[in-house]
This record gives sequence, C-alpha cells and structure tokens, in this order.
Amino acid sequence: MTNQGQCPRSLVIERVFPHPQAKLWRALTESALLAQWMMNNDFEPVAGKKFQFLADPMPNWNGIVDCEVVLVDPIQRLSYNWGTGGPESGLQWVVEFTLTQTMGGTHVRMEQSGFGPDQMAAYSGANYGWQKMLGGLERVLGEAS
Amino acid sequence: MPQVNSKFVVNHVLRALADPTRRAIFEQLTRQGEQTVHALTRYANVSQPAVSKHLTVLKRAKLVRHRREGRETHYRAQPEALAPMVDWLDQYGAFWRERFDRLESLLQRMEP
Repeated sequence: MTNQGQCPRSLVIERVFPHPQAKLWRALTESALLAQWMMNNDFEPVAGKKFQFLADPMPNWNGIVDCEVVLVDPIQRLSYNWGTGGPESGLQWVVEFTLTQTMGGTHVRMEQSGFGPDQMAAYSGANYGWQKMLGGLERVLGEAS
Repeated sequence: MPQVNSKFVVNHVLRALADPTRRAIFEQLTRQGEQTVHALTRYANVSQPAVSKHLTVLKRAKLVRHRREGRETHYRAQPEALAPMVDWLDQYGAFWRERFDRLESLLQRMEP
C-alpha cells in the first residue's frame, strides 16, 4: 500500500511488511543491511551522528546525500536530515520512519518533508498557510488543465 | 534517486508561494483569469506597491506573466510553473516505492 501525501509539503509512503517490527528496525538501522535496500552508507543509530548515503554520481548530482541523525527511538521511530547538492544551494529534507506493529506484520510510514534554509522561515511563520496552499495545489492544477 | 536539476526552479516556486498574500494573488489569477494590478490591489487589500512587489516575485518564479495595455498592466497565471514541484514529488515518490520493494526482498532474505 502506498500513499502519496495530500500536500506536497511532505511525501508519505506507507506499506505493511509481513515481518516482525524488530526485524524492520534492523533493516533500517544496521549499516550493512541498510546498504542493501537504500544506498551505501556510514550510518549509525546515534542522534547527532553525521553520515552519508553514496550512490553513483549523475550529471546533475554528485551521488552524495548528506545526513544527520535526528531521532532514534528503538524499533518505533527513526529520523534523519537529508541533504542533496551541498548546504548552500542544495535542498534539505527530513526523513522520518515510523514503525507500528499490525495484524499482518509491521506498518512502515516514511515521511519526507522538505524545507530549504529560506523556506524554513516561511514555514514556521505560515504553517497553516502552507497546508492550505499545498492542499489547494491540486485544485489549482485541476482548474488550469 | 531523483535528480535535482530543477532545484532552483523549485526553490523559487516554493519561496514565491510561501507568502499568504502572494498565494492569494496567484490563486485569484488562476480562478479569474487575467487581472489588472488595480483589480488585484482591491482584491488583496494591501497597497499597490506591495502588490507590485509580490507580482515581481511571482514573475521571477514564472508563476505569472504580464502585458501592458495603455496605463494598465494585466497579469495572468501560469500554473504550468508548478510542474517542477510536482515532478520533484513524483520522482521522490517513485524513488521510495522502489526502495520499499528492495526492502521487502531484503526482509525475505534475512534471518527471522
């Protein structure tokens, strides 16, 4: 099951995996396992730890994602900052995983929310406005077509 | 991994629409079609210089286009400027769905 977020301020992907929660947690937090489904990395589940995801460089991207662990709440919640393109010109996001035990296994919710340094000020001052504008985006696009 | 070649465009669009007044102006233009600066000033209920400043930001993000007719300047919305933002979300959506597929097959290979 996947679900694209209602408002493009964030992107939400959800899925139920038929596996125990502790196993999901390992796949998300053990560097070697993480490398097998995400990218090569030097991740450690320690708040404040800076790490990188490394992919093959592309024409418009050096293949590096600069990250910093924000929150580690064992087997339930994990979040890290996610930056591409360097701190100056690049885009910054926060990626957060939330694990919940369900009947059939483990529900995983990934939310990626994105605020550049200059978007941050706008966001904190206009949280409601953002929701509204992005909620209205689909409508605006619908009317335009 | 989505490419970020349109990141500057996305930044401009996000910044332009972060302001509630600009957002209102943009939505009004989308709903009502072409409007003069005077009409927009009445609608937005702020001073004309303020409206002009907002329109400049929207113009830079390519969200609006203008034309002059006599002493009036007319503005119209260009909602296609939102496309990079929508693309960016689509790309990341595809990225995460693919990673989740890989996670699923990793879980099958892992010890219980």
